Amino acid sequence: MSALAPPAPGRARLLARGSSLLRARELSLFILIVLVFGGTTLKNHNFASANSVQQLLTGAALIALLGVGETLVIITNNVDLSVGSVVGLSAYLVGMVFKHNPNFPVLLALALGIAVGAAVGAVNGLITTVSKVPSLVVTLATLYIIRGADGLIVNGHTIDPEFIPKSFQKIGYATFLGVPWLAIIVIVIVAGAGFAMRSFRSSRDLYAIGSNPEAAELAGIPAAKRVFTAFLVSGSLAGLAGALFLALHAQIDVTGGKGYELTVVAAVVVGGVAIFGGSGTVIGAALGAVLLNTIDQALVATKVSPFWNLAIAGGLLLLAIVFDRWLSLRVAKSLQSAEGAHHDV
Amino acid sequence: MTSETSTSIPTPPASSPPGKTYTGLDTSAVPLWRGLLRWESALVVVFLGVLVMGASNSSTFLDGSNFFFIGVNEGEVAIMALPLLLIVMTGEMDLSVASMLGLSGTVMGYLFQNGWSIWPAMLAALVVGALGGALNGFLVAGLGLPSIAVTIGSLTLFRGIAEILLAPKIVTGFPISLTNIGVIPISGTELSYSAGIFLVMALTVGIVLHATPLGRSIIAIGLQPEAAKFSGIRVNRIKFSLYVFSGVVCSFAGILFALKNSSVSYDAGLGLELDVVAVVLFGGVSIFGGRGTVIGVVLSAVTFGTLLQALTQMGVQAEVQKIITGVLLLLSLVLPRMGLVIAGLRDRATQPAKPAQPIQPVQSA
Repeated sequence: MSALAPPAPGRARLLARGSSLLRARELSLFILIVLVFGGTTLKNHNFASANSVQQLLTGAALIALLGVGETLVIITNNVDLSVGSVVGLSAYLVGMVFKHNPNFPVLLALALGIAVGAAVGAVNGLITTVSKVPSLVVTLATLYIIRGADGLIVNGHTIDPEFIPKSFQKIGYATFLGVPWLAIIVIVIVAGAGFAMRSFRSSRDLYAIGSNPEAAELAGIPAAKRVFTAFLVSGSLAGLAGALFLALHAQIDVTGGKGYELTVVAAVVVGGVAIFGGSGTVIGAALGAVLLNTIDQALVATKVSPFWNLAIAGGLLLLAIVFDRWLSLRVAKSLQSAEGAHHDV
Repeated sequence: MTSETSTSIPTPPASSPPGKTYTGLDTSAVPLWRGLLRWESALVVVFLGVLVMGASNSSTFLDGSNFFFIGVNEGEVAIMALPLLLIVMTGEMDLSVASMLGLSGTVMGYLFQNGWSIWPAMLAALVVGALGGALNGFLVAGLGLPSIAVTIGSLTLFRGIAEILLAPKIVTGFPISLTNIGVIPISGTELSYSAGIFLVMALTVGIVLHATPLGRSIIAIGLQPEAAKFSGIRVNRIKFSLYVFSGVVCSFAGILFALKNSSVSYDAGLGLELDVVAVVLFGGVSIFGGRGTVIGVVLSAVTFGTLLQALTQMGVQAEVQKIITGVLLLLSLVLPRMGLVIAGLRDRATQPAKPAQPIQPVQSA
């Protein structure tokens, strides 16, 4: 991918000064969410209820969780398109374990999901870093391989709610202080990842790799290792998302998680993670997921056909890419003129 | 394949002595026998292998009618692979091809259902294809945005528009004289119409790519966009035109797809972009641009179609075919790079002081 990405002038400078801008992106996303929410409430007064907020959080949770891993990968100027298929595979495998062993411990089930995803993530990371081919095509290929394997394993069957233990389903529907457990799990992971991406040296390396791979290599950053880790994390979180998908829907067939990869990439990019790497935050990506989900639910509440979802997601994705480019050009320009005048950045 | 030395694998243009023109693989520098060890010759071997596999399983595999069905099944994918070949040659990507196929069929079906006659509806679908391609081209060539991201966006957008127009309906009732292309070969041959159109188009694209200044420009853009620009090639205009071309061709493929199935739904060809990308890369086209041949893509399309047909007749499930497609795609990506990887490892093993750089530019005096 790096061969295709255009050069980004002054990204390092942009980053040094950009934290206020990034925060501005998160703020504007938040305002947008509030606007969509408020506008919908004006048309349909039932929209502003605790129940629908819970629905919003639950609906966005899985995409936000996948968005964490995807953000890490995209920041290194790669992309992971296999996440949707991992969700389907992991959900079905966990469901199968429950079907054969109804007393399987809940925590172990989650761990199983993570392990399935980690295995796929490791394969993606290994192929991408060793052969140095664009991850887009690698993960497109693994997406199909996993979907095919999933189809073979599922073989037309469905795992029905009666096989999923109540204690496991509770993750999907129970709440704590009014907040769904699913949302709590995801918020904790997003917050943790957000902190790690700000504070740990190894996570700052990801930004360096995405900004300028050669410079990162010369600066002694073990780029291959970091990119591999990003794919490993993305796969693991997708595996976890699969287990949570099962808890939420209490049912799984071959279509589980289909098309998620596009929603996740849309959410992450709308959330301000530059598709050509080097900038963006996990929290922005999560807000992007909430925004997309709010629009989805708003369409339902205002009785617009749900057939609009896909076109809106695609349009927003394109707009976000254009907007990011415009923003980075403007910042680069203003940095240049500011430097010329004052030399004080 | 030919990946044991660095002379026969794609190296960046920096390593070439100045004043030398690029002709895909740099055959002048290697002995003749090695020239035969190209990706394309390997494809011929694979193709023959697939034929043997199919024939040993079914006595009718080599019948003409079987090839008609291969053409019917894979014709549209093969047609869409041609413009994608050109786009990949410039170092860009178009993932929206299958969505455009679906959108075009949907537009045609939607208008037909609303009382248009079939020919104007087809024309409208082609116009939509041109507009969609122009949108991609504007974002990629005009604004300089990364094509992968742009076409993931338009993939979603085109499919979404198709969904708005038609879901959940299915349009049927197209004129039988046209839907016959799905059951009757071109008279006097065993070629399906889509396969015939593909071969004619492949010939045209082959001439343009390998024997015209435009073709050389496309290759030059893929090898070194900056240098191409400074040598006076209108990089952005060419890229823009290629996306418009891709939009029109994919929309044409969408019309063929709709007619051969004699029905249209918004999700026609969902996920087919993988097949198209796989055909192009399996044809030996470098994902980094600048290297690839039309003959490679033709061989790849024929091999791919024959392989799927053989697997279907052997009773292999659709899921396994999907896995095989994915594995083929991975192999055609990874195999040409293995030489570099091994060379890099050898470098690191023998000269630990040297930075791990798989490609060392040759400094020519």
